[in-house]
Amino acid sequence: MTRPRTLYEKIWDAHVVEQRPDGTCLIFIDRHLVHEVTSPQAFAGLRASGRTVRRPDLTLAVPDHNLPTTARKDAAGNRLPIADLESAAQLAALETNAPDFGIRYIDAVAAEQGIVHVVGPEQGFSLPGTTIVCGDSHTACHGGIGALAFGIGTSEVEHVLATQTLLLQPAKTMEVRVEGEVGLGVTAKDIILHITGTIGAAGGTGHVIEYTGSAIRALSVEGRLTVSNMAIEGGARAGLIAADATTFAYLKGRPYAPKGADWDAAVAYWTSLATDPGATYDRTVVIDAAEIAPSVTWGTSPEDVVPITGIVPDPDSFADPSKQAAAAKSLAYMGLEPGIRMQDVVIENIFIGSCTNSRIEDLRAAAAVLKGRRKADNVKWAIVVPGSGLVKAQAEAEGLDRIFTDAGLEWREPGCSACLGMNPDKVPAGERCASTSNRNFVGRQGPGSRTHLVSPAMAAAAAVTGRLTDVRDLME
Amino acid sequence: MAPIEKVEGRAIPFGLKNVDTDVIIPAKWLKTISREGLGKGAFETLRADPDNLFDQPEYRQAPILIAGDNFGCGSSREHAAWALGDLGIRVVIAPSYSDIFSGNAVKNGILPVVLPQAAIDRLMEVAATDPIHVDLDTQTVTTPFQDRFSFDIDPFRKMCLLNGLDEISLTEKSDAAIAAHEQKMAATQPWLIPAKI
Ligand code: SF4
Repeated sequence: MTRPRTLYEKIWDAHVVEQRPDGTCLIFIDRHLVHEVTSPQAFAGLRASGRTVRRPDLTLAVPDHNLPTTARKDAAGNRLPIADLESAAQLAALETNAPDFGIRYIDAVAAEQGIVHVVGPEQGFSLPGTTIVCGDSHTACHGGIGALAFGIGTSEVEHVLATQTLLLQPAKTMEVRVEGEVGLGVTAKDIILHITGTIGAAGGTGHVIEYTGSAIRALSVEGRLTVSNMAIEGGARAGLIAADATTFAYLKGRPYAPKGADWDAAVAYWTSLATDPGATYDRTVVIDAAEIAPSVTWGTSPEDVVPITGIVPDPDSFADPSKQAAAAKSLAYMGLEPGIRMQDVVIENIFIGSCTNSRIEDLRAAAAVLKGRRKADNVKWAIVVPGSGLVKAQAEAEGLDRIFTDAGLEWREPGCSACLGMNPDKVPAGERCASTSNRNFVGRQGPGSRTHLVSPAMAAAAAVTGRLTDVRDLME
Repeated sequence: MAPIEKVEGRAIPFGLKNVDTDVIIPAKWLKTISREGLGKGAFETLRADPDNLFDQPEYRQAPILIAGDNFGCGSSREHAAWALGDLGIRVVIAPSYSDIFSGNAVKNGILPVVLPQAAIDRLMEVAATDPIHVDLDTQTVTTPFQDRFSFDIDPFRKMCLLNGLDEISLTEKSDAAIAAHEQKMAATQPWLIPAKI
């Protein structure tokens, strides 16, 4: 009898190419996703050393970070150039590097283009039980379908391109178990915000978190991707949610997913990866789903989470002196006073998008709140950015785009958009944004921007009232 | 990659906790397609303040940076390590790092030293006036005042840093093992290779 193992241990063991005496392992990488920002220097490195891409067939490139989300073609159908020269240079580099190195490439105007972490699962390129890497820290997202996925830096991108492997230390395992049923208005985003607030931004450092429990099992694949996406916000290297019937139903028939007899073999294998009864984690945190409220961040760390019914905390209320100092700094940056009700915080900008919350289910949730309503006059800028061209097409087929535009929100082309302040979509200095993205760091959405992380339904509710709002008040 | 063995010089007593990579190098600097010149953007937001530590004459070109817990958290951007390197930093000393940052640091010839907070506090004091000495070979940080702190480091990382070794060349030595893994997977899980479309 073999020792009972966790999901993480099983995936890890199946990918060890070599083990060094100190425990470091050379791990085989099944899927490598490449985008325009973290890859140019890696390809340049390959060229300089005369190396090639070992497994172009396991590599998929798509631009997302830098692309403006305004129209990409003119009325005649010709591609519009990117005004920002540096962004244009990064895109041009990817457009040259992908064919030069024989890599599959989804170009900027393809119907399948989108945020790399939306595209991977949507194309069936990301599969359960695989190891997936990408030069973006939210690669953890793919853990939502049961893949061991993590973000890497550009040197590692070059290493994977050249060798299809990475040298890694095994991580510790952590279980975050969310049991019970969530209440009205509580979404996957609220679950992960609540988890991050509970374990802290460094709570998962050195660990891979497996999310378990009935509340996680009840989530759709879209919701699971949202949860796993923000594993990194809790300090973890990766998140994992065991693949099950929900996952298989989502993946079946996707372009790169196995077909026919291969599909059955794959499902049997994926099913065998679930954590064995009796397997132990290095740490377990149990959360009662019923305690999770629609949540919102007040500060500049993703752990700065309160229920929407809560107040801005007093920095002195934290036990840790360094947290006190950090909270005071956060509040100064955010322009907030301790004690004010979150629901009184006035919002000028709304961003619905990012790899955390730009899938069809997210757009449906936002549209459900916005239907027949209009954004408040004090909301100056409100954009909805679908995660991919396919999500965009689906939303348009369902008429969601009309609900958004009728409500006074802009309907954009797919990309990372205002998640990271790197393309033209930015939040002006000193202004607030109710954002469905994953990071509320200083300057993340543009220099001086103030971010409040929320779910798509909560962002929609804030658009309607012009302040942070308990979405339950707008629901029947 | 330049090897690191002993580094001696002024240490910037920065000390802040949870410094994320957006602070180390703001997003607008990520739009490069080369690795050089990022030192100008390092800590740009903080350096907008004319009294910032980094631009004090005594800390210009300082090879050591002392930081707080969870240094380099946030985005996986390797530009953070390039920016520190371009700023002249060879060693960072902190109680903890984000996993991604410490990996990126080592890959770019920067030594991430982990020391307990008490040691950091003492080094911050010394750094205000005097240089600090870091010896990777003996895994120690010492000061002119007889302080001596030992640190742990993964032996493989240590070897790479001491020899300035490029990881890809090392991995290429395992070519046969990688090929064997590929063959095994192609035989047992052929569906792992994505269909051509
Ligand atoms: S949406 Fe944001 S977090 Fe996601 S891939 Fe793009 S930049 Fe990274």
